[in-house]
Amino acid sequence: MTSDHASMTSDHPVDIDRQVRIYITVFVALMILTVVTVAVSYLHLPMAMAVTVALVVAAVKGSLVACYFMHLIAEKKLIYAVLVLTVVFFVVLLALPVLTHSNGYWIDE
Amino acid sequence: MTERAGVVEPRPHVAHEVHHEELGFWRAYVFSTDHKVIGIQYAITGLVFLLFGFTLMMLMRWQLAYPGSALPLLGQIFGETRMPGGTMLPDFYNELGAMHGTIMVFLGVVPLAVGGFGNFVLPLQIGAQDMAFPRLNMASYWFFFLGGVVMLGSFFVPGGAAQSGWTSYSPLANLAGTGQTWWLVGMIFLITSSLLGAINFITTTIQLRAKGLTFMRFPFFVWAQFVTAFLLLLAFPPLEAAAVMQLMDRVAATSFFLPSGLVVSGQVLEVAGGGNPLLWQHLFWFLAHPEVYVLILPALGIVAEIIANNTRKPLWGYRSMVYSLVFLGFMSFIVWAHHMFMTGMGTAMAAFFQTTTMIISIPSVVILTALVISLWGGSIRFNTPMLFALGFLPMFGIGGLTGLPLGLNITDIPLHDTYYVIGHFHYVVAPGTIFGLFAGVYYWYPKATGRMMNETLGKIHFFGSFVCMNVIFMPMFFVGMAGVSRRLFDGGASYDFAQPILQWNVVSSWGAWILAVFQLPFIFNFFWSIRKGKKVGDNPWEATTIEWTAPSPPPHGNFAVAPEAHRGPYEYSVPGAPKDYVLQSEA
Amino acid sequence: MDIPYTVEVRRDTGLTNGKIGIWLFLASEVMLFGALFASYILIRAGSPSWPRGDTILNVPLATFNTIVLILSSVTMVMAWASLMRHRFGTFRIYMGATILLGFVFLVVKYFEYSHKIHLGLYPGTSNFFAVYYTLTGLHMLHVIGGMAVNAWLWGPGAKLWKTNPVWFTNRVEHSGLFWHFVDLVWIFLFPTLYLL
Repeated sequence: MTSDHASMTSDHPVDIDRQVRIYITVFVALMILTVVTVAVSYLHLPMAMAVTVALVVAAVKGSLVACYFMHLIAEKKLIYAVLVLTVVFFVVLLALPVLTHSNGYWIDE
Repeated sequence: MTERAGVVEPRPHVAHEVHHEELGFWRAYVFSTDHKVIGIQYAITGLVFLLFGFTLMMLMRWQLAYPGSALPLLGQIFGETRMPGGTMLPDFYNELGAMHGTIMVFLGVVPLAVGGFGNFVLPLQIGAQDMAFPRLNMASYWFFFLGGVVMLGSFFVPGGAAQSGWTSYSPLANLAGTGQTWWLVGMIFLITSSLLGAINFITTTIQLRAKGLTFMRFPFFVWAQFVTAFLLLLAFPPLEAAAVMQLMDRVAATSFFLPSGLVVSGQVLEVAGGGNPLLWQHLFWFLAHPEVYVLILPALGIVAEIIANNTRKPLWGYRSMVYSLVFLGFMSFIVWAHHMFMTGMGTAMAAFFQTTTMIISIPSVVILTALVISLWGGSIRFNTPMLFALGFLPMFGIGGLTGLPLGLNITDIPLHDTYYVIGHFHYVVAPGTIFGLFAGVYYWYPKATGRMMNETLGKIHFFGSFVCMNVIFMPMFFVGMAGVSRRLFDGGASYDFAQPILQWNVVSSWGAWILAVFQLPFIFNFFWSIRKGKKVGDNPWEATTIEWTAPSPPPHGNFAVAPEAHRGPYEYSVPGAPKDYVLQSEA
Repeated sequence: MDIPYTVEVRRDTGLTNGKIGIWLFLASEVMLFGALFASYILIRAGSPSWPRGDTILNVPLATFNTIVLILSSVTMVMAWASLMRHRFGTFRIYMGATILLGFVFLVVKYFEYSHKIHLGLYPGTSNFFAVYYTLTGLHMLHVIGGMAVNAWLWGPGAKLWKTNPVWFTNRVEHSGLFWHFVDLVWIFLFPTLYLL
């Protein structure tokens, strides 16, 4: 009965019990990484390093949420394509304005 | 139902006439989830806004032609705060300018081109019963409608509507009156409408296309709407973020876009400061550049359909056109700062944006060239839709070519913010897109109503509009090259250097007023033909695409039996075929 | 009329309409929050000085909230898993927990904001606060939106389970995707606002 319903929404049968074990594992990993993020902040690292570490840890946490809670690891090509396109434009939006106008033109002297 | 099955094959569905008496007037015509009803709602609302935006501009053109003189009769309507004694005040001119742009772009063209034509035609052309999310579709329309109400309402608040250009640059927009806050709220509604619509269009195109309708068998119109939907989906949210931040600046005293030490009327502004006006520009143009492709792509799609149909030939270079369209859509996200060349960016970034801008002109030229070559050897039928489609081609050509000096940093220096820019973008949108949209109205009117529009009135509409559009906008290139800035409330009259060129303002203005007269046959035709137009069947244009296999007008569910695509979209003049066209769904 | 692929997947894409729809929506949300992050970067980079988040904001409270949201993501996905196991009662429990945890998040936010306001620290006080209030505020609105949808699915929307359990399960899955996304945004907001 489980696998009948599990196959309803996709062509691959989903083993729910295994999925649930994965969710618990991911939860534990996320908790650990949260502690790590906060602990590292107490080290008061120099800015560049602090930003890098914080973003890397956040990226790992985010990837876990995306891949496992959001099932991205088993998603279809079309969804990947849309997301890759989005990430490209996201990076463009993050990078280009700063590159174009980061000469401190509007800094309050 | 199929709860226990795994994958289910699509099964033929049966369209049923859900009797309108069962639905009631409100559910059938006002709060309908049927894509055709929603499409017509969008189209009519969009056309009304186009007319309103046009009227605002006609008022502006009085001031530009005869600066400082009283407008007879009409001038009295606007009261002492806007036109004392019938003479326009500068603030009112700015109000008209900002709202003309906003209304034409966001309440007129996009709702008609995407909401109207996209909604009505797309599901029919792909052989679907409706959009993937019919209720979301209805919600999209009502968000648009609410946005329109807010924008119109803003005229009546103290201080009037937004007056900081459709671009709402900070710090000016931050300091403007209440109307600007309403503009921002209105924009949030409109952006939400577009986002929901985009989700619907993309999902519908991918999932609900008929069996056998592969992507490379799509009519070009479908591709155009598909790419446009991606532009709306991914480019609008940054403007929504910016609107929220400008709202915060205006109502919560933040300084996202306000620099420190800003002096207004001799007083230093009491704000936290540290903000960046350029941030607004980046976020605005990140949307607004893809937005201009949102304005043109649906029209290109419409023109492509009509040219294929009225040359009785397949489109030349369909594959190149599709690849160009997709490439164009992608590139449109990385050119935006060509609107910001004058903001002090370094040479490296200027070079980057110039390069991407020059590259993006290539796919546009490919598409235009392919459409022109498509005419070669065709059996051309000069009906009204075709006249507008043909007229579109050179007009879009002029618009596109005049963009090139604007996209290059050096030549942009003297041309930036002059009438040259206004001439450029109006050529693309007015005798460009709007001609494409008129073509679409005349072309799909029989599908929506079961009746043809009158040809004679259509031809008068076309020839008059074509001449007037050129009379209005061609002089603007010279006026701009002479150095007259845009958004000047007197059209340059107070500048010595502009004196020799001022007469062209009068020419443009008369062109605009006469253009209005030539819209009357269209407006009359549109309503008259609903009852009195020649009745037609499914396929009056003898076209190949799937929408022409449905009845005119189609019932709820569109098709009695789900269509299947068996061939490409433009099988005209196939050697050996009994007629000069073969329907895409013909086995 | 029956729109195809609402419940069953389309063979060549392997997807239902709703799955595509929700991911497209999330793509637009990535651009929305992306724009806000880009703005934060530009303003902070152009600023002569900018305080470290942990010198002004309450890190322990925010850490607690981070844990709350992550936990709510777990309960959310368990709610969907319960439906996949055909255990409606368990679904109700997990979904209820998700909504409750969301409520806890909001309560903590209320304390955070009211404490700042009590100290006279408003959005207009400085760009640090402008960014803080706007980014967390918009995130909070998304939390509220997600909670509203979840509450509907817990309550009146759950009627669909009886007539079309697959469609209902899909709806819960899609709402879950939105909820996880809201968690994901917070995972980035937390360090960049509070710790750096």
